[in-house]
Amino acid sequence: MPSPSTAGQKRQEQAASKPPLLIVDDIHLRFGGLNALSGVSFEVQEGHIQAIIGPNGAGKTCILNCICRFYHPHRGSIVFNGRDISKIATHKVAALGIARSFQNIELFRGMTVLDNIKLGHHVHMHSGFLSGGVYLGKAKKEEMKVRAEIEERIIDLLEIEAIRKQVVGTLPYGLQKRVELARALAMRPKILLLDEPMAGMNLEETEDMARFILDVNEEWGVTVVLIEHDMGVVMDISDNVVVLDFGTKIAQGTPEEVSKNSHVIEAYLGADDAAHSKLGL
Amino acid sequence: MPCGLFFETYQKDESIFPTLWVRGWMIALGIFLLAFPFFAQTVSDWVGINMLNMFILIFIFLVGAHGLNLLTGYTGQISLGHGAFMGVGAYTAGILANLGWPFWICLPAAGVVTAGVGMIFGIPSLRLRGLYLAIATLAAQFILVYAMRNWEHLTGGSAGLLVPTAKIGNFEFDSDFKFYFLALAFAIGATMYLKNVARTRTGRAFVAVRDRYLSAEVIGVNLFKYRIMSFGISSFMVGTAGGLWAFYITIISDEHFTLWLSVQYLAMCIVGGLGQVLGSIFGVIFMVVLPEVLRIPTELLSGIFPNISDIFASLREMVFGIVVILFLIFEPDGMAARWHTIRAYWKLWPFSY
Repeated sequence: MPSPSTAGQKRQEQAASKPPLLIVDDIHLRFGGLNALSGVSFEVQEGHIQAIIGPNGAGKTCILNCICRFYHPHRGSIVFNGRDISKIATHKVAALGIARSFQNIELFRGMTVLDNIKLGHHVHMHSGFLSGGVYLGKAKKEEMKVRAEIEERIIDLLEIEAIRKQVVGTLPYGLQKRVELARALAMRPKILLLDEPMAGMNLEETEDMARFILDVNEEWGVTVVLIEHDMGVVMDISDNVVVLDFGTKIAQGTPEEVSKNSHVIEAYLGADDAAHSKLGL
Repeated sequence: MPCGLFFETYQKDESIFPTLWVRGWMIALGIFLLAFPFFAQTVSDWVGINMLNMFILIFIFLVGAHGLNLLTGYTGQISLGHGAFMGVGAYTAGILANLGWPFWICLPAAGVVTAGVGMIFGIPSLRLRGLYLAIATLAAQFILVYAMRNWEHLTGGSAGLLVPTAKIGNFEFDSDFKFYFLALAFAIGATMYLKNVARTRTGRAFVAVRDRYLSAEVIGVNLFKYRIMSFGISSFMVGTAGGLWAFYITIISDEHFTLWLSVQYLAMCIVGGLGQVLGSIFGVIFMVVLPEVLRIPTELLSGIFPNISDIFASLREMVFGIVVILFLIFEPDGMAARWHTIRAYWKLWPFSY
């Protein structure tokens, strides 16, 4: 395994030669009189782990919701993989290779873990209500192929073999988070949008989750956009950090740069304390 | 899942009847169902219920109940219009059969026409959920029954519509004995279809729409498409059931397809267990058998007290209502859930865990 510094160098070389995978350009989002986002722009390089941090209500989740087309920003554009996605329908985003997990778990509670993960594969499957209904030939083969892929790639990676037949609603919180990541991975994403994957987890679960994210990023080459409040994790695993406050971007850079940025310290600690303290990272 | 059961391929793990034991039972059930008509008469004389008729009704309603279960149980869209949809199927089959179309075209045509009607009335489901959708489909119920009653030159109005018996080639399904096998084939077909759809891509998308439609959209499920598709498949099945019913009782009128039938369909799914194939089977058996069984004490009592016989006449409906309410209170997940509990209990017996 290459050391972190060489991996980082390699990424920077790649970044120089390739256009960014995701370009968020001057996004404005308003709810009535409230400006949730006012002119946020940033770029995500392919293969990076891009963190988005900021105090509560800064607009972090709003950005993810704009990217996967839940919210329709009234100005600005989002370009993914060279294609403007600000006009396409919500359900078509998945097929482009954008997967996400939610802050409050949004799994299909009545289904088993396996079925939930298989649903992630929905856009890559073809059987319809007729071929599926007779369950012969192609439809059956497809189901088996998907099952094998899920078992051997995702369930094995995330270490959830033991719970694969259990109904999701009965699982503890930490495992549900993991299943949600599994479902997102089943979408064969190019980019993975994770909304607070470590929220509410204990140290061990947090470390597991960080390891999974790094595995997915390094082995599968999936670009990750990560919203997280656990600064330790953000500083450890991300390549680049965007800091939001009140719907605007106040800083962007490597974790070290951001942690020394005076605007960031002010946003987190307030102006008075900023002079006496540096961000406890 | 029983202890010590290990599968070596994914295919074995996903099969519907995974073990030899289960398969043995299914074969036994199949043999019983095929052999039943030959001694049905004896049983009927013995218990005083026309068993063959009852079984045929169970099979026909099973096709429709699977349809509604697909829509309400799997996709989570309530419909109070399925009684009328069944009527659409029945009238389509009847009208086409009267035009001289062969039976094996009439029945699919009944399904297709009903699917079309169902999809049109399913469009509000895009915006409406829960109770609001129930009211919207209730409108379908009344509009369709009104049409059946008043479009007289097509439907025969309240006088009813005579339907010829079903015929394939020269073989005529003119007795209960023959019709039994036809209905059985459809019931098995519908059951297998639902089971298979439920475990493939389409069925999973339906459940996704039911459980959390926002994240369904994020993983690429087109909500509009799947809601309408669910209405279409569901109406197709209930329309086919209507066609079968028309060919079975050979005279249909709008009075067969009132709101009462829609509510019965919904009750079948809820009592049996929403979102489970086994649920609609249990529900239909329960709903068809219970009134028949209740008839025996009712008739007995009205024989003993002839002066107040009209009170006992409504006893059936009352007991029926009470039983449904008790089910909703004590087993809201339906008979299928209770069945799973019992099975799980015996798996561990005599150990508590």
